[in-house]
Amino acid sequence: MSVSGKAAIAGIGATEFSKESGRSELQLAAEAVRAALADAGLEPSDVDGLVTFTMDTNTEIAVARELGIEELTFFSRVHYGGGAACATVQQAAMAVATGMAEVVVCYRAFNERSGHRFGQVQMAAAGNVDNSWSYPMGLGTPAAMVAMFARRYMHEYGATSEDFGRIAVIDRKHAATNPNAWFHERPITLDDHQSSRWIAEPLRLLDCCQESDGGVALVVTSAERARSLRQSPAVIRAAAQGSGTDQYTMTSYYRDDLTGLPEMGTVARGLWQQAGIGPSDVDVAVLYDHFTPFVLVQLEELGFCPRGEARHFIAGGALELDGELPLNPHGGQLGEAYIHGMNGIAEAVRQLRGTAVNQVAGTDHVLVTAGTGVPTSGLVLGQV
Amino acid sequence: MNEIEKEAARIAEQGESPRRLARDPVNLPMIRNWVEAIGDTNPVYTDPEAAAKSVHEGLVAPPAMAQVWTMYGLNGQRGGDDPLGAMMTVLDDAGFTSVVATNSDQTYHRYLRPDEHVAVTTRLEDVTGPKRTALGEGWFVTTTSTWYVGDEVVAEMRFRVLKFRPAAKPAEAKPVVSTPVIKPAINRDTEYFWEGTRAGELRIQRCGGCGLLRHPPGPMCPECGATKPKYLVSEGRGEVYSYVVHHHPRVPGKEVPFVVALVELEEGVRMLGELTGAAEVRVGLPVEVVFTKVDDELTMPSWRPRA
Repeated sequence: MSVSGKAAIAGIGATEFSKESGRSELQLAAEAVRAALADAGLEPSDVDGLVTFTMDTNTEIAVARELGIEELTFFSRVHYGGGAACATVQQAAMAVATGMAEVVVCYRAFNERSGHRFGQVQMAAAGNVDNSWSYPMGLGTPAAMVAMFARRYMHEYGATSEDFGRIAVIDRKHAATNPNAWFHERPITLDDHQSSRWIAEPLRLLDCCQESDGGVALVVTSAERARSLRQSPAVIRAAAQGSGTDQYTMTSYYRDDLTGLPEMGTVARGLWQQAGIGPSDVDVAVLYDHFTPFVLVQLEELGFCPRGEARHFIAGGALELDGELPLNPHGGQLGEAYIHGMNGIAEAVRQLRGTAVNQVAGTDHVLVTAGTGVPTSGLVLGQV
Repeated sequence: MNEIEKEAARIAEQGESPRRLARDPVNLPMIRNWVEAIGDTNPVYTDPEAAAKSVHEGLVAPPAMAQVWTMYGLNGQRGGDDPLGAMMTVLDDAGFTSVVATNSDQTYHRYLRPDEHVAVTTRLEDVTGPKRTALGEGWFVTTTSTWYVGDEVVAEMRFRVLKFRPAAKPAEAKPVVSTPVIKPAINRDTEYFWEGTRAGELRIQRCGGCGLLRHPPGPMCPECGATKPKYLVSEGRGEVYSYVVHHHPRVPGKEVPFVVALVELEEGVRMLGELTGAAEVRVGLPVEVVFTKVDDELTMPSWRPRA
């Protein structure tokens, strides 16, 4: 039994993306869920399932109370930070496909800029035994943890800071024409990237995604029911999770090779097998971009180019809207907003509906990935 | 007479330990590996024809291999009746946790031949101390081992080690860091590591079942499933495998910018630590461990360049 084709995303909703929302995280979650239901043409009373991240402060029951959802038959949380994004949709699809629920809403909402900022050193996180091999040694931010991989990747394959910068430039170029993006009308050049200050060498400020306040919600129901609703469904062709050998959260430094993301390789195999397609069939890629180097590594793990060659793959305009593999047409998390990967899934749905601001013509399959450096997940969404 | 001397006298009084039979009889494959490692090309050890024409009239084993035949193997443990092991435990418990071999005098009574099966006994001869040495205060422990084939004595060895309390390293004298620091969470699986740093030792978990070295550690060996983790004390030397120069944001207890290095130790595992004192950091930079005392509970390992 496969979930491929059994479920679809029938509605998407979001708050505005800002640096200070001025309201509680629960309000952001409730607003996003209500917006997604309205988009789908459904009522809160239709919802019987809710899924979010373990990191989300809004419990399923709190969200249900605000929305006036009476009964839930399915509720679930996924762990490992941004790695949960696509897995919330996988949970929802499995629930729908097995009859555990009929309408499941996936949501993520936070005040990640005005409230609890992930980019600061989390003293509380050091209370975890796994983290005790990194935080006390001074390696206590996501940027620094990714920088350790990036330095080795540069050493092994000859990639440069400019190669990382090209990812930031393309994301900001796409965000510049997206009115919902924080960096709307604010593109950058490679020189801007190269002159931005160091955060954790070899990562510069413009290698690191922004911090955002906001919420995103996605309505998942059966593909059959979705066809009778207001919007053209984005069918879930594949939904996969992956964790690799000797896996840690952000610090899998003890594997033989430090230049790959084997957990994303596991996701990739699951996606291509379930969807019955390969990398060359992907029309748009929404790749998780909290830090630029891991976009290069993802291109390799997902099979778009051989290992170590992503810098050549991206050099010739492949990631432009009219290129071989249009990347993050909404501007990604570097350009649009950092909503822990959930805003990328919403963009994938818009690309399939044909309603994106930076629309790629003739989009049949969109690949979406979740957080990197952690146990992660991915989706292939397709037309009906 | 103090406690150490009393224990030494008790162990010495027990005399020779029971005979312990070698894992294998004297054999050509082990001889081949040994002479190749040592670089001894004498054909009487490996070439049956040449050996037959020699004074030995057949293959013999290098006499210096006497101790080889009764070694415990990579993962072997000393038996409870071994006087050297018993004395080591006494000194470990008294805080003399480090060891260095100082003398080994061997006497060979005759050549051994393939298929002979040797056994060994050991007795504690002398324990002298405490002595001040360049390494630190310690005790000299002397044992005598005797190898037999049947009841015939074939080889003997006087062996002396220094069991010492590691001298405080200069880095330990650094002033206590003034700002709050991020402290590790320590549990049953990891406390040996932090006990080690307090004692000036960089410890690597070593599986008591299969010998797998592992860092970071855990309670169950992923290779063999054993739940008897032990450790070895690393030489504390390695090379930078990757590194980060941290600029932003501020990290409690650190002044930016600072370097965190992922070091591949000579023993083969990788470990994170701050790297200080390097004019230029690069992948491959040779480094060694230093210990910085944060407070009575916590001593942090970090790295510095090595000549």
